[in-house]
Amino acid sequence: MGWTRKVLRVNLSKGTCASEPLNMEWAQKYLGQRGLASRYLVEEVNPKVDPLSPDNKMFFATGPLTGTAASTGGRYSVITKGALTNAIACSNSGGYFGAELKMAGWDMVIVEGKAKKPVYLLIQDDKAEVRPADHLWGKSVWETDALLKSEHHEPQMRISAIGRAGESGVMYACIVNDLHRAAGRSGVGAVMGSKNLKALAVRGTQGVKVHDFPKFMQAVTAGKKVLAANAVTGQGLPAYGTQVLMNVINETGALPTRNHRDVQFEGAGRISAEAMREKRVTDGKANLVRNQACFGCTIACGRISQIDKTHFTVANNPKYWGAQGGLEYEAAWALGAATGVADLEALTYANYLCNEQGMDPITFGTTVGAAMELFEMGVLTTKETGGVELKFGSAEALTKLAEVTGMGEGFGKEIGLGSKRLTEKYGHPELSMSVKGQEFPAYDGRGIQGIGLAYATSNRGACHLRGYTIASEILGIPEKTDPLVSAGKAGLVKAFQDATAAVDSSGLCVFTTFAWTLDDIAPQIDGACEGGWTAARLLEMGERIWNMERRFNLDAGFTAKDDTLPKRLLKEAAKTGPAKGKVNDLGKMLPEYYKLRGWSPEGVPTNETVTRLAL
Amino acid sequence: MLKSLHIDPGKCTLCMQCEMACSYENEGLFNPAKSRIKVFDFHDRFVPYTCTQCAEAWCMSACPVDAISVDHATGAKVVSDDLCVGCKVCTIACPFGTVNYNHDTGKVIKCDLCGGQPACAEACPTGAIAYVDSDWTGYDKMRRWAGKTDSGAAQAHA
Ligand code: SF4
Repeated sequence: MGWTRKVLRVNLSKGTCASEPLNMEWAQKYLGQRGLASRYLVEEVNPKVDPLSPDNKMFFATGPLTGTAASTGGRYSVITKGALTNAIACSNSGGYFGAELKMAGWDMVIVEGKAKKPVYLLIQDDKAEVRPADHLWGKSVWETDALLKSEHHEPQMRISAIGRAGESGVMYACIVNDLHRAAGRSGVGAVMGSKNLKALAVRGTQGVKVHDFPKFMQAVTAGKKVLAANAVTGQGLPAYGTQVLMNVINETGALPTRNHRDVQFEGAGRISAEAMREKRVTDGKANLVRNQACFGCTIACGRISQIDKTHFTVANNPKYWGAQGGLEYEAAWALGAATGVADLEALTYANYLCNEQGMDPITFGTTVGAAMELFEMGVLTTKETGGVELKFGSAEALTKLAEVTGMGEGFGKEIGLGSKRLTEKYGHPELSMSVKGQEFPAYDGRGIQGIGLAYATSNRGACHLRGYTIASEILGIPEKTDPLVSAGKAGLVKAFQDATAAVDSSGLCVFTTFAWTLDDIAPQIDGACEGGWTAARLLEMGERIWNMERRFNLDAGFTAKDDTLPKRLLKEAAKTGPAKGKVNDLGKMLPEYYKLRGWSPEGVPTNETVTRLAL
Repeated sequence: MLKSLHIDPGKCTLCMQCEMACSYENEGLFNPAKSRIKVFDFHDRFVPYTCTQCAEAWCMSACPVDAISVDHATGAKVVSDDLCVGCKVCTIACPFGTVNYNHDTGKVIKCDLCGGQPACAEACPTGAIAYVDSDWTGYDKMRRWAGKTDSGAAQAHA
C-alpha cells in the first residue's frame, strides 16, 4: 500500500472521468509522483508535442508517502511538457492539496484534451466530475478558492487553481494550491490554462493506509527526531525560512544581482530573513507574522507576512493589507536582487500578486531584471513599457509590472513571455539568464561552481531543486566542498540529482535532506510500500528517472548544445567578493559529467546505460 | 493527578500531525476527516480545537441512552459505541461543536484523551498541544506574565 492504486483519467475534450488501476509494475520501478508520472508521460505524450496543444497531457501526481504521517508527507507534483521550456516539466508543491487528493482515494489525476469552455474538476472521494467554470474564469486564485468552497458548502475542500496569468498565457504561469503554495516553475499553469481548466477542487475523507503500520510509525518517529535535532531543519528553517540564505549567499559572492551583472547586492540585508523579523519604525510590527507548515511537516519553513500599512502598495490597494504567504528566499531574490529593488514591503506585495494571479516569482522577477537591462540600454523605452520608468532598483516599476503581468495586460503581456522570448524579441538573447528557456534561481554559477553544472544539465531548465549542490558547497551537507573549485563537482551534481529524483517521487519534501539521507527515508518508504525498499534501490531508481527525463528531452529535440550557460556566466568574470575574477568552468565539468552518467560525448545515454537502468 | 489537554495556538504551525495521530489512534489509518481534534486556519494564526471534557458535560446530560460516561482515570467523557444509537442529540447539546457524527459507523465520535496518553500531544512537534495538570493549565501563562511584572525589582534597584 502507500499507493491507493487508483488513477483518475479526465478527458476534457469529452468531459469524461474514468477510474483505472495504477500500473503497479511501473510503481515498483518509479515509486510515485515525479518518477511514476514521468513514466506515464513518456508512454502517452509525444515528446515533440506543442505544450499548449490539446495533445499535451498533465499529471497531478502524489507519492506513496503523501497523506501519511511521515514528516513533510504532503507533496504532489504536476508533470507535463512545460510551456516555458518545451522540456519535461515537473513542478512540486506542498500545502494541503496533495494529501487531500490522496485521501480522496487517488494516486494520480491524468488530464487530457482541451475543454471547449472553461471548466473545473470536482473530486469528492470516488466521485469526479468536469463542471462548467464560466463564473470562475477571470477570477484570481484567491477568489476561485473562496467561491468554490462556498458554492459547495465545503470549507474543508482543497483547491488548486490557475489565476489570470494562467488564463492569459503568461508562459511561466503556475498552479497555486491552498492560496500560497505553488507548482511553480516551467509554465505548468500556462498548460492548464490552454486546456481551459481553471481548478481542481478536492475533498477526500477516505484516509490513507500503509503497508506495515507499526514498522512505518517507527521509521516516521525516528525521522521526525532527526529533523528536530538538526540545526537547519530544527532551528534555522522554522525561525528564518529559506530566507536564512540571503546574507549567506551574498557574502559568498554568489547572489546574482541586476540581471547577473553583479554577484553581490548592496541591499541584501534589507530584504533578508533578519529584515523580515525586524520591527518597523512605522507600526512597531515586523513583516514576518509567523511561520507555517505544509501538511505533515515538522519543519515549518513557510512564511506568513503582513505589509506595512503605510507602504505605498497597500495604501493604494488596502485589500492586500492582511496576513498572506510571505517571501521565500527564491522569490525575495528574484523580485529583489535580480531587479536591484531593496524594498522588502514592495517585494512582499509583488509576491502576493504572484500567488494571487498564479505566476512563478522567479521567472517573473528575473524577466523584469532582463527588461530593466534592456531599458537601461535604451532598447526598451517608456513607449513599450506603457510609461513605466523601468529602472534597476525601482520598487514602483516592479510592483506595477507585477500588477499588469498578473492580469495579462499591456506591457505585462511582454513580461509574461519570460526572459528568453522577451530578449530574443528585442534582439538581445544573450541577456536572458536562463537554461533551456527557464531562468536561474538565486545562486550564481560563478561563485558556486557545482550549481552552474546543475543548471546546465537540469532536465527542466535552470533549477536549484534538481541538484541542490548548495547544501554541500555552502552549508557543508553532507560534507563541505569548495564552491570555487570545479574539480569533483560532476560527481557531486550527479549524486544530488539522482537522490533528489528519488525524494521527489516519494511524497516527501526535498528540504528534509538537509537532515535526512536516503538511509532515513528508505525505512519510511519501506514501511509504507510493499516491495522491499532500500537506499541503494532508491538511488538507482533516481538515476533511472533522470535518464528517462533526459531521453524525453532528447526526443523533444534538445541536444548537448542546450546543456550550457549564458555567455555572462562563462565569459564575464564576477566583479566582487570571494569569486572575483571567476567564470563558471562548465567546459571542464560537463565532459566528466557525461562520462559519469554513462552518456556519449553528445550527451546521449549509451545502450549500456539504458540496459543497466532497465529503461 | 487529573490531566487536561492544554492548547497554545501561538505555537501551532498547522502541520496536521495531531489530526493524523488522532485518526491513526482511533481509526487505524491516516484520515483527518475522522480526527477528533481539528486545527483551524485563520491566516495569521492556527488554532487546534477539541473537547475540553466539561465537568458537567452537556453531551453527557443530553444523551437519552446514557451512552456517554466518565472515564474516572482521566476525567474524559467517553462514548460507548455499544450503547450509542446515533441520534446526534449530543452534537446539538455540545456548545462547542466537538462531538460529531461518523456516518460510516452510525455513532458519534469525540475526544476520549486516548485513555490517558493523547496521541495528538505526543505527535505535536511544537508543543502547541500539551497534556498537563488539569488544575494548572494556566501555570505557564501566569509565569510568563509574572516575568514581566518587574516594578518591584525596578524599585529595589532605584
Ligand atoms: S500537531 Fe501541533 S503544531 Fe501541528 S497542527 Fe497540531 S497542534 Fe498545530
